[in-house]
Amino acid sequence: MKKALFLLLICSGLRAQAQDIPFIRKETLQQWLNADTDTVYVLNFWATWCGPCVEELPAFEKLNREYASKKVKVVLISTDFKRNVESKVKPFVKRKKLQSQVVFMDEPNPNHWVNMVSPEWSGALPATLIIARRKNAVLFFEKQLNYESLEEALRSILQP
Amino acid sequence: MKKATALLLLFSMAFAAMSFLPANTGGGYKVGDTAQDFSLVNVKGKQVSLAGIKNAKGYIVVFTCNHCPYAKAYERRIIDLHKKYAPMGFPVVAINSNDKDVQPQDSYDNMKKLAKKKKYPFNYVYDETQEIARAYGATRTPHVYVLDKDRVVRYIGAIDDNSEDPAMAKEHYVANAVDALLSGKEIATKETKAIGCGIKWKK
Repeated sequence: MKKALFLLLICSGLRAQAQDIPFIRKETLQQWLNADTDTVYVLNFWATWCGPCVEELPAFEKLNREYASKKVKVVLISTDFKRNVESKVKPFVKRKKLQSQVVFMDEPNPNHWVNMVSPEWSGALPATLIIARRKNAVLFFEKQLNYESLEEALRSILQP
Repeated sequence: MKKATALLLLFSMAFAAMSFLPANTGGGYKVGDTAQDFSLVNVKGKQVSLAGIKNAKGYIVVFTCNHCPYAKAYERRIIDLHKKYAPMGFPVVAINSNDKDVQPQDSYDNMKKLAKKKKYPFNYVYDETQEIARAYGATRTPHVYVLDKDRVVRYIGAIDDNSEDPAMAKEHYVANAVDALLSGKEIATKETKAIGCGIKWKK
């Protein structure tokens, strides 16, 4: 109960002001991919101009809400152009009231990090990686997901 | 416990493989494969095939489209590649494979308008059935295949290493590949990956 209240507080605090969008380099991504943790990372690669990405965002937001207490961390990794972070990404995040962590992938050459995410990834958007390092389980999707398929994938990875 | 982990791994691998299939049925070409020719209509209403292009020493096949910001960012560079390399025997053939019902901006009519407005010097053809994108294994725009004159795939990937800013690009992958082919040298980087708009497959 206390935890729920605490979460509610955090959420409402976040809602009051738009979140910052940290810039990350491939080293940060590598840390997430290799982190020795029970936390399951759901990494979604998107861009504000990508129609299917924008369509599937609510599914990730819902997942972030529903699994907030279950060691699941949703990170929305923007691959917009750098010059558009202030003018497009930030206003978008604010307008859509995104609660999941949004970061900007500050790497000019995707050839240096696309394979790191998954050798299966051609680089097309949207793409999603679900990774449970301690279980050595990884799921990768190069397509638009809905909440049902996302949750099904997460459940398959969470099951003991 | 170990068994469960192994099962989970197996399951997730199968799952991942399954999930990947719809995006890229058949897997497409790898460097060294021979690409199929095609007959697709260009923006002037003419059927274009690779074999029909005279004096070609090879081809720069670019899967691109009208609407995608990455395609737009590379538009000028695609025009420049054609202007530089077509006279040397490596013309650009640009292919739009996006489904117009999923992305109306990528309709054939809009291809015509764009090509006219931007004075495309290369053939811009329409892969309405998406058969060619599937055969090649193109998944995003832009997605480039450099072929030699026998249609053997010699390079697959990005045009260069900086989509946002051409001035900041250090590695000009496609130009380097074509230069190498023209001078009979080994291509240094045969495959790269880039972020791009997913090809809009028919639903």
